[in-house]
Amino acid sequence: MIRLPRSIALPLLALVVLLALFPAYGPLLFPAKHAFLMQKLAGIMILAMLAMSLDLLVGVTGLVSLAHAAFFGLGGYGLALLSPEYEAANLWLVLPATLAGVAAASAVVGWLSIRTSGIYFIMVTLAFGQMGFYLFNDSKGAGGSDGMYIMVTPSLEIAGTALLRLSDKMTFYYVVLALFVGVYFGLRMLLASPFGRVVAAIGVNENRVRGLGFDPDRYKLVAFVIGCTVAGLAGFLAAMQYGFVNPSMLSWHHSGEALVMVILGGMGTLFGPALGAFVFELARYGLESMTEHWLAAMGVFVIVVVLALPKGIAGLLLRLARPRDEGDGS
Amino acid sequence: MTAAPVASREAVLETRGLTKAFGGLVAVNAVSLRFLERQPHAIIGPNGAGKSTLVNLLTAHMRPSEGQILCRGVDITRLPAHKMPGLGIGRSYQKTNVFPSFSCFENVRLAAQSRLSTSMRFFRPASSLRDTNAHADEALELCGLSARRHRVAGTMSYGEQRQLEIGMVLATAPQILVLDEPLAGMGVEESELMVALLKDLARRYTLILIEHDMDAVFSIAEVLTVMVNGTMLESGPVEQVRASQAVQDAYLGDGGEVF
Repeated sequence: MIRLPRSIALPLLALVVLLALFPAYGPLLFPAKHAFLMQKLAGIMILAMLAMSLDLLVGVTGLVSLAHAAFFGLGGYGLALLSPEYEAANLWLVLPATLAGVAAASAVVGWLSIRTSGIYFIMVTLAFGQMGFYLFNDSKGAGGSDGMYIMVTPSLEIAGTALLRLSDKMTFYYVVLALFVGVYFGLRMLLASPFGRVVAAIGVNENRVRGLGFDPDRYKLVAFVIGCTVAGLAGFLAAMQYGFVNPSMLSWHHSGEALVMVILGGMGTLFGPALGAFVFELARYGLESMTEHWLAAMGVFVIVVVLALPKGIAGLLLRLARPRDEGDGS
Repeated sequence: MTAAPVASREAVLETRGLTKAFGGLVAVNAVSLRFLERQPHAIIGPNGAGKSTLVNLLTAHMRPSEGQILCRGVDITRLPAHKMPGLGIGRSYQKTNVFPSFSCFENVRLAAQSRLSTSMRFFRPASSLRDTNAHADEALELCGLSARRHRVAGTMSYGEQRQLEIGMVLATAPQILVLDEPLAGMGVEESELMVALLKDLARRYTLILIEHDMDAVFSIAEVLTVMVNGTMLESGPVEQVRASQAVQDAYLGDGGEVF
């Protein structure tokens, strides 16, 4: 998993190139819908970041968290709450402050949750996630169940000169693309690091890792905080894109969807959950436009994929790409 | 090889009245043992004698109900399991416990990472840790798996996985090796290889061996402890224990054959 086979890396690279060129060929292929599709793709890349960050917890470390969307939502609310009402927020301040807030919140939640494991961890994170949901749902200051608007897109300036006009749709698209690719490589780097090796081993056999001299709880907590902070970044971007946040961003349904993306895509592979986000969202988009009962159709689709591909899309790709002599790695 | 007089050598590990009760069942009952520097020590006993529980107590995988464990005279009874490798106490497991999706080398490198002051290092790949990689290769060499370096651990033979299990312990730079039935489930040829390896290790480390295979035990150990029903029946130089009538009666029955 550290090094991807060439036969997978190249098609993935091609997909990224296709995404990068979309603003060029989109208007030719979909003249009526181009702007909408570009926004849709940016939205999917943001969800792919959420899915990859959840994969660090679920697929790599073995922490099945249902609080993940809460940190996504917290990232969005961070931007909404820190933005002045009628002026652009300063991204240099608002982004680090938001991420620090998300990291601190996840450190507290993680510290309290990680002492449990298995089904209890799922229940405790579910409870924390819903606490987050109701905190914003019931608070007057944050707009309650109606949510909040971000009137002016934040600006990124140095000495009064705008570096990037983030309110420009194409600029925003490329920023999201760059961060999407950056999050993927950042997490890959993390997994190859000494820390990442310990964390990946914890996902396989926590007790053995303890026997080798590592305190699993400390490593799990740090992985949890990193994963949740990346989710916060994704939520921040989502809030920037739509100019709007509401409590449903934090709800456990949303965590559940991210979990489905991870499982569809293939746990523990990083690129799998990113693909899972694309497949899930595009299937939703396709089915939504075909039938009113798209949720039922979506359910059938997910069940069929999971039954046919127990290790997800990535599992299928890795099986196809596997070198001949490697045998049956279980 | 004959055992040195017991009192003259330093005890690297010592238990005093070590007891572990699970509810009403006393799995290990007031066991006091001294493990001496580089003196291979085997613990034998029938199933249910409490040998594995004793290993779990010695390596802090379980908390004793009563009693003390000392490492070079220092009380380590209350320390958590992840502190053991730092004290030089390494263990292997009765059930093969390697990371099947990691390569053979990655398994030992992970173990070797425990020598670092911390593995909370996020930016450079583990493959760039020069010392750690060298330690990992040394451990592979010691356990005889250098040729299998790149194999995915889960695809190796059972015997090789057992060797890797030992290699991982060695990579943590132990002084005391607690090996829980390293020969369990091995074929004849695999066993021979492993016994040769264990003999070699007995010269470099303080070996504490739980084992059922008597031939192996007698060819490796200098000191023998016999446990029955959680209690220590007999402990001392191999020849002495072998001759003990209590052991013959209680454990071996018509044990003349086994010996």
